[in-house]
Amino acid sequence: MLIRTTVNGRDCEVDVWPGASLLALLRDELGLSGSKNACEQGECGSCSAWLDGELVCACLVPAVQADGAAVRTVESLGDGERLHAVQDAFLAAGAVQCGFCTPGMVVAAVDLLERDPAPTDETIREALAGNLCRCTGYQKILDAVHLAAAEPA
Amino acid sequence: MEALLARSLEEALALRAAHPEAVPVAGGTDLMVAVNFGRARPPALLDLSRVQELRSWRRENGAVFVGAGMTFARIGRELGEFRPLVEAARSVGSPQIRSRATIGGNVGTASPAGDAIPVLAAYGAAVVVGSTRGERREAWDAFFIGPKRTTLAPDELVLGVEWQAPDGPGSFAKVGTRNAMVIAIAGLCLQLDLRARTVRLALGSVAPTVVRAPDAEAFAADVVPWDDPERGLPEEAAAEFGRLAALAARPIDDVRGSAAYRRHAVEVLARRALRWTLADRSAGAC
Repeated sequence: MLIRTTVNGRDCEVDVWPGASLLALLRDELGLSGSKNACEQGECGSCSAWLDGELVCACLVPAVQADGAAVRTVESLGDGERLHAVQDAFLAAGAVQCGFCTPGMVVAAVDLLERDPAPTDETIREALAGNLCRCTGYQKILDAVHLAAAEPA
Repeated sequence: MEALLARSLEEALALRAAHPEAVPVAGGTDLMVAVNFGRARPPALLDLSRVQELRSWRRENGAVFVGAGMTFARIGRELGEFRPLVEAARSVGSPQIRSRATIGGNVGTASPAGDAIPVLAAYGAAVVVGSTRGERREAWDAFFIGPKRTTLAPDELVLGVEWQAPDGPGSFAKVGTRNAMVIAIAGLCLQLDLRARTVRLALGSVAPTVVRAPDAEAFAADVVPWDDPERGLPEEAAAEFGRLAALAARPIDDVRGSAAYRRHAVEVLARRALRWTLADRSAGAC
């Protein structure tokens, strides 16, 4: 089925299987492998992306629902030379171990900071509750979000 | 597989009538798990995510209607006056899930663990259902007939839910292994009606469908000091309320918890919910 969608500001026309997820569209059709494929059941948040400005698990969004919508992924954050402030903060705080959860964590953290520039510990925990880090590096991730919140964007 | 993209309610109902084999999908948070793992291969999906008519709520003459397409994120942001519903919405999944998951999905999927359903049951809500044949309203306890089973006909769609705004405070509680991403082991909604002087208690995840606890409700109506909001409830009365609530549960052992644990959880949650909700009454909350 042919759908038209905008991904990171670029118009795309893609032929997808009607049961395919937005994550499959991003990774397999568009080659955007920043959104990770891990649990495929919305448990881990590794595929976090934005659909029309709302934070979603791309693995649970039918790709056909992106028809006519605007998708934004982790690839939109850096510009090739410079990292996003949240990405810098993850590096500075040592919030990356194996790195597999990192894109999803960064996207969820950016989403939080765009709505709440000075979140409390509790707010950060709730905002990142849908993102799992199997290395259990949660404390450094919390530190990174606080650090990013303290930095001018 | 085919995908049918409905752009309006009229189109959605016409597509539903013409393709009764198509599975309706809104947020996708239940269905896509099954599709991703190859457990579901419906011949067609009927996408309702862009049907604007389903994505609103309104209040009319004391009645509240919430469209099936209202996500739990929006319910949390927009329906603050209905505290138990907001608390239930906030307990669903994670922010990513709440962005997409809808109250209509909760109703249509009809899991006994659906987080919004105990709230609808305590509100005495009706499910509003539509088809090209017209619209009908069915009381929640008639609509849900078993685990994941409802009276929805193959040509019908859930349009929304409707209830009379209660006059009094209420609360929602849920037991799970953590504070997010949890399918309830037991859940509960308690709602006071200060005008009618009634207490309504609904239990989730502890029976084949969500159930009310009529004996506990009748007992509470008798022991609540309705005329004196400052007076609390004696410990023994709250304990008896919890015991009666647990008797209304018909739980099973499953991977999430044992039947005995579920009964115990209901007893404790009901006792606390009654005392806390009465405290909210004296604090003037709702």
